[in-house]
Amino acid sequence: MATKDLAAQDVLSDDLTEMIRVAVPERSVRHDLRAASIVWRRELIRFRTDRLRAITSLVQPVLFLFVLGTGLSRLASRGLPAGVDFKTFIYPGVLAMSVLFTSIFSAASIVWDREFGFLREMLVAPIRRWAIVVGKCLGGATVATIQGIIFLALAGVANVPYNPVLLLTLVGELLLLSFTLTAFGVMMAARIKQIQAFMALTQLFVLPLFFLSGALYPLNGLPAWLTVLTRIDPLSYIVDPMRHAVFDHLKVNPVALNSLSPGITWDGWQVPVALSVALVAVMGLAMLAIAIAEFRKTE
Amino acid sequence: MTPAVSVSELTKRYGEIEAVRGINFEVAAGETFGFLGPNGAGKSTTIKILCTLADPTSGSARVAGHDVVKERDTVRRNIGLVFQDTTLDNYLTGEQNLRFHADLYGVPKAAFAPRLRQVLEMVGLWDRRGSVVATYSGGMQRRLEIARGLLHAPRVLFLDEPTVGLDPQTRVSIWAYINELKKREDITIFLTTHYMDEAENCDRIAIIDHGRIVAMDTPEALKASIGKDRVQISTADDQAAIRSLADDFGLDSGLHEGLVTFSVESGEHFVPKLFGSMPVPIRSVSVSRPSLDDVFMSYTGKTIRDAEASIGDRNRRIATRFGRR
Repeated sequence: MATKDLAAQDVLSDDLTEMIRVAVPERSVRHDLRAASIVWRRELIRFRTDRLRAITSLVQPVLFLFVLGTGLSRLASRGLPAGVDFKTFIYPGVLAMSVLFTSIFSAASIVWDREFGFLREMLVAPIRRWAIVVGKCLGGATVATIQGIIFLALAGVANVPYNPVLLLTLVGELLLLSFTLTAFGVMMAARIKQIQAFMALTQLFVLPLFFLSGALYPLNGLPAWLTVLTRIDPLSYIVDPMRHAVFDHLKVNPVALNSLSPGITWDGWQVPVALSVALVAVMGLAMLAIAIAEFRKTE
Repeated sequence: MTPAVSVSELTKRYGEIEAVRGINFEVAAGETFGFLGPNGAGKSTTIKILCTLADPTSGSARVAGHDVVKERDTVRRNIGLVFQDTTLDNYLTGEQNLRFHADLYGVPKAAFAPRLRQVLEMVGLWDRRGSVVATYSGGMQRRLEIARGLLHAPRVLFLDEPTVGLDPQTRVSIWAYINELKKREDITIFLTTHYMDEAENCDRIAIIDHGRIVAMDTPEALKASIGKDRVQISTADDQAAIRSLADDFGLDSGLHEGLVTFSVESGEHFVPKLFGSMPVPIRSVSVSRPSLDDVFMSYTGKTIRDAEASIGDRNRRIATRFGRR
């Protein structure tokens, strides 16, 4: 190999006697945005080259929807009004789940980047740290939303209509959820340096988040302890608006609608959908701010 | 001319541990400066501070004329970094890694394509630019990192053990590129290494030990300052030999690289005396003129290879020593 390298140098000395002058400009917001954009694009490039990940992360929601959904439907149909499929009922929750793992996994890549040294390449660059964190969160959110859109293609199987307004609403809500979840993951990744610890911790969070969110059951008439827990779970506040969107586009009588998609109540007060969505957005931004602050610390 | 690096009364403390204890030095623009020291001597900490990855506890450091704390981003724009552990994204191609770097450093878009070609040709990777980095050999990855470190035309290039873990042939080719680079680019190189032959390439060397700079000069001047020859002997009983050297000749010796090692004024005249008085059989003798390794040893008490040896190596050596008894 050494001889080949030396040959390459001989060729070089002939054509490249003149240096190409590169003057790196002063730091500016535009420069930070360019940096954030490449961090975002890197997530997309890596997602594109990793088809296996796209397929495997769909396995879990598909299992939930078809196996659990079909298996429980006979049992659950007693509580459901005629014409409403159990799969339709759990579809919004399982849709939320389809981005849950991908979002957290995207954030885990920061821990990988740290272990493989690439994070250092980003941290020593002459840019503000927010550019890295924002790029990463948006990248994770985009990848997870694409994942969610693939699952959204299966809506028909769960008897959810392909209504453009409904689909756009759901994509918007998925994007918000993915962003908040990635911000949560990145915030944790700022502190947790080992991938094993990160994975263990996500396991600890992810399933309780999902089971307490009302993804699989309506949030009314629950025992007091479970009512409290479901109201604390941030995921509840996005699953509920998603279910609202789906049921708004179904022909279900109002009484049945009220029992299936009762909305979230705080001590009897009905939380409006807009407030619910805003809460998730605020949480996402707050965690983003914490993540940025964490990454700004130097030794 | 502004010095490329200037460090004044720099200290760094991690809790109770004082990693750097007030060091001062300057590196002139265009110089190749070697920064040597045993592990844990404060070498990595100093580099971290110069690269703006850590803040000093007290004192100051300027790189390319800018303060590493107050003008952090300006310093970062003017330095290139090649660390001992790889910092590439293995899932991206060589070109994608460099494009990422160009965007992070704000390299003007028009300058990117010609500069990309130039740095990749310099390290002989232009043909492999479209391959995913995971398919590169260790030497190619290191060369890609050097190319990346140069992409934004830094004024100071930090090479932190750039050839560690590479085979001798690849090391030679990496150095061919670094020497080529010195000719082509108007650049200062700040190098750490555990290889003596690499340290010989430096214009000046500083040796740091226990957080202090213990020697700093050109390689020639440092070797001349030692003045003594190094003698290494292998014996039937190394511990007895070490005792005998201390008792009979008043010489301080130690076990390095598996051999009893010591320094004397005139090695070739000393060795015959040794055969006469050593109580244990001597199996082999070697006498060498002062090398940088001797310089390193006389200032730090370790050979530079010892300094590099991993804990695993060290344990093995201790085990062998115990086994012999």
